[in-house]
Amino acid sequence: MTAVNEASPQELQATTLPPKERMTQETAAERLERVSAAAYRIRHHALNMGEVQGQGYVGQALGAADMLAVVYADQLRFRAKDPHWEQRDRFLLSTGHYAIGHYAALAEAGILPVEELETYGSDDSRLPMSGMSTYTPGMEISGGSLGHGLTIAVGMALGLRHQDSDARIYNFLSDGELDEGSTWEAAMGAHHHQLGNLTAMVDINALQADGKTDTVLRTEPITGKWEAAGWYTQRVDGNDVAALLAAFDNAAAQAATSGSPSVVLCDTKVGRGVPLLEEREKAHFMRIEEHEWQICREQLTAGYEGKASA
Amino acid sequence: MSATTEAPDTTTAAKPKLKTSAMIASFADPGQKTASAPFGHALVKAAQENDKIVGLTADLGKYTDMHIFAQAFPERFFQMGMAEQLLFGAAAGLAETGLVPFASTYSVFAARRAYDFLCLDAAEPNLNVNIVGGLPGLTTGYGPSHQATEDMAIFRGMPNLTIVDPCDSIDIEQAVPQLAASAGPTYLRLLRGNVPTVLDEYDYTFELGKAKVLRGGNDVVFVSSGLMTMRALQAAKALAEHNVDVAVVHTPTIKPFDAETVLAEINTDRLAVTLENHSVVGGLFETVASAVVTAGLGKRVVPVALPDEFLDAGALPTLHDRYGLTVQRIVAKVLAELG
Repeated sequence: MTAVNEASPQELQATTLPPKERMTQETAAERLERVSAAAYRIRHHALNMGEVQGQGYVGQALGAADMLAVVYADQLRFRAKDPHWEQRDRFLLSTGHYAIGHYAALAEAGILPVEELETYGSDDSRLPMSGMSTYTPGMEISGGSLGHGLTIAVGMALGLRHQDSDARIYNFLSDGELDEGSTWEAAMGAHHHQLGNLTAMVDINALQADGKTDTVLRTEPITGKWEAAGWYTQRVDGNDVAALLAAFDNAAAQAATSGSPSVVLCDTKVGRGVPLLEEREKAHFMRIEEHEWQICREQLTAGYEGKASA
Repeated sequence: MSATTEAPDTTTAAKPKLKTSAMIASFADPGQKTASAPFGHALVKAAQENDKIVGLTADLGKYTDMHIFAQAFPERFFQMGMAEQLLFGAAAGLAETGLVPFASTYSVFAARRAYDFLCLDAAEPNLNVNIVGGLPGLTTGYGPSHQATEDMAIFRGMPNLTIVDPCDSIDIEQAVPQLAASAGPTYLRLLRGNVPTVLDEYDYTFELGKAKVLRGGNDVVFVSSGLMTMRALQAAKALAEHNVDVAVVHTPTIKPFDAETVLAEINTDRLAVTLENHSVVGGLFETVASAVVTAGLGKRVVPVALPDEFLDAGALPTLHDRYGLTVQRIVAKVLAELG
C-alpha cells in the first residue's frame, strides 16, 4: 500500500471550499444540478465496485449517495491532492461498512483516482470493505465498530477549537448506530462543550443487520432524542438534494450564531435510484445477481436523465 | 426482622475498633518518605515545556491527581463526565489534531469498559494517547468493582500499547515526560495521593522500555514492577537478616519488555521470583515466563502475585497480607522455597 503523491505544488494547494467561502455566481438551480450530478456519479461508482466484488453494501451506498454528494461536492473545505492539509474540514465515517459509498465520494472529490475503485475489497487494496484510516487517503478514522465516530469527533472538535482552527467536523452515523450508548455519551459531551464546529448526519434507512430497526431496537423518536440532548436538530428527506442543501446551510448558519452542535437526520431509502433494488426485499447485505448489475446501471442512468430533463 | 419495643442499648462499652476499607488507601508505611500527587505535578511540569499536552478525565479528576493539572491549565483540561467511551474516543480525536492527551480514570474502567475505544481509536492508528489508570491491582479495599487485578492481562494483548507500572514518586515524575514524548499510546498504572519515595536511595533513573538492577545478591533474584518493587527492596533487607542475599531487578515497563536485562539476571543458579501487584494470570510473571521459555531456558520462576480470583473487600493491609503482597509473606515464601 503505497500512497505516492506526485502532485505539483499548485495541485497540492488547490482547495475546494464550502458555500460561504465560494465566491461564485452559481444559481440555486445550478448548485442543485451540480450536486445531483455528483450523487449520480457516486451511485454509478458504487455499482461498479459492487459488481467487481460481486457483493457489498451497495444498498447503503445508493441510499446515502445524496448525503455524501452534498458533503463532498458542496460543504467540505479540502485539498484533493493534500488530504492531510491541516485546515481541512474532517469527514468521519463511523459506519465502516459504508466505505463503498465513501470511496465513491472520495473519487468524485478527486481525492482517490476513479480507476482505483475497482480494487475495492481486494487483497492489498487501499480500499478495504470496512473503512480504515491507515489504508485510505481521505479516510479520517477507522470505523466499523459502531458508536466510535461521534466520540472521536468530539475530541477533534475540541482539539481544533483549542488550536484556534475554524475547520469543521462532520460525522456520518447510521440509525442502527444510535443503539450504541457511546453515541449518546458523545452527544451529551458535544452539547456540554458547546461544539458548534461539529455537525452529525444520521442516515435513517430504518434497517440494521438483523432486520428493520423498529424490530431490532426501537430508536424512535430520534428527533426528540437529539433535541433533548441539546443539538440543533433538523430532519429531512435524505434523498432530496435540495432539502439536504438547505439543511446543511441552516446548520452552518446556526453554528455561526450559537455554540450548539448540529445534527441533520436524513430519512433515506436503501437502493435509492435503482428501482430494481428499491423494490427488492431490504437486507443489510443485498444480493445482486451477475446479470443484474448492468440493469441497475441502466435504471440509474435512465432515472437520473429523466429527472434532469424533467 | 422482628419488631421490638425495647429501648436501644445506650451503654458505651468500648467495642474493638474495626479496620475499615477506604477507596483510596495509602500503601505507604508509617513514617515513610512520600511525595504528594506526583503524577499531577509531573504533568504540569511536562505541560509547561510542551504546549501540546492536554488533560482529560471521566469525573475522577480529584481521584487521579488530574485536578492539579486542571488547576494549573484550566484551558487545557477537558472534563468528559462519567463517560469512559467518550473519554478515550475524544482523547483519540484530540491526538488526531496533533495534541498530546493524558486521559485519566480508574484502571477498571479504562481496561474493562473502554477497551474497544482504546484499541481501535488510539492503538490501531498508533496515536499519542496516554491512558492514566488509578487503583491498579490491589490498591483499594472496595472489592472487584474497583480492583483492577487483571488490567495488564487485558492490555498486554493490545498492539502498539506501551505499559508502565511505576514503583514510586520518582518513577512517576520521570516517566510522565517520556510517555508524552513517546509517539504511540501508553498506559500508566497510576499511584496517587501521598506516594512513597523509594528509588532515590538507589543509583536509578527511569528509562522507558528498560529494566534496572537496583541491587545485587548471590542467593535470590527478584524481578518486580510497580509498588511490589518497594516491597521487594524491603523484603531483600529483611532476608539479609536470615543470611539470604537478594538481588532486585525493577522492570517498570511491562511492554515492550526488557527481556535482555531480565533474562541475564534470571539465567543463573539463583532462585528467581517475580513480584507484581496483579493477577498471576497475564501480568509480569507470565511476561517473564514467556521470555524464559522463548529463550529456551529451563528455569523455574516463582510468582508472588494476586490469585486468579475476585478478591475480598476490606482494609488494604489486611488484604495485602491475605493475598501475599506484604514483606512478611514474601520473606516467608522465599525462606520456604530455599528450604
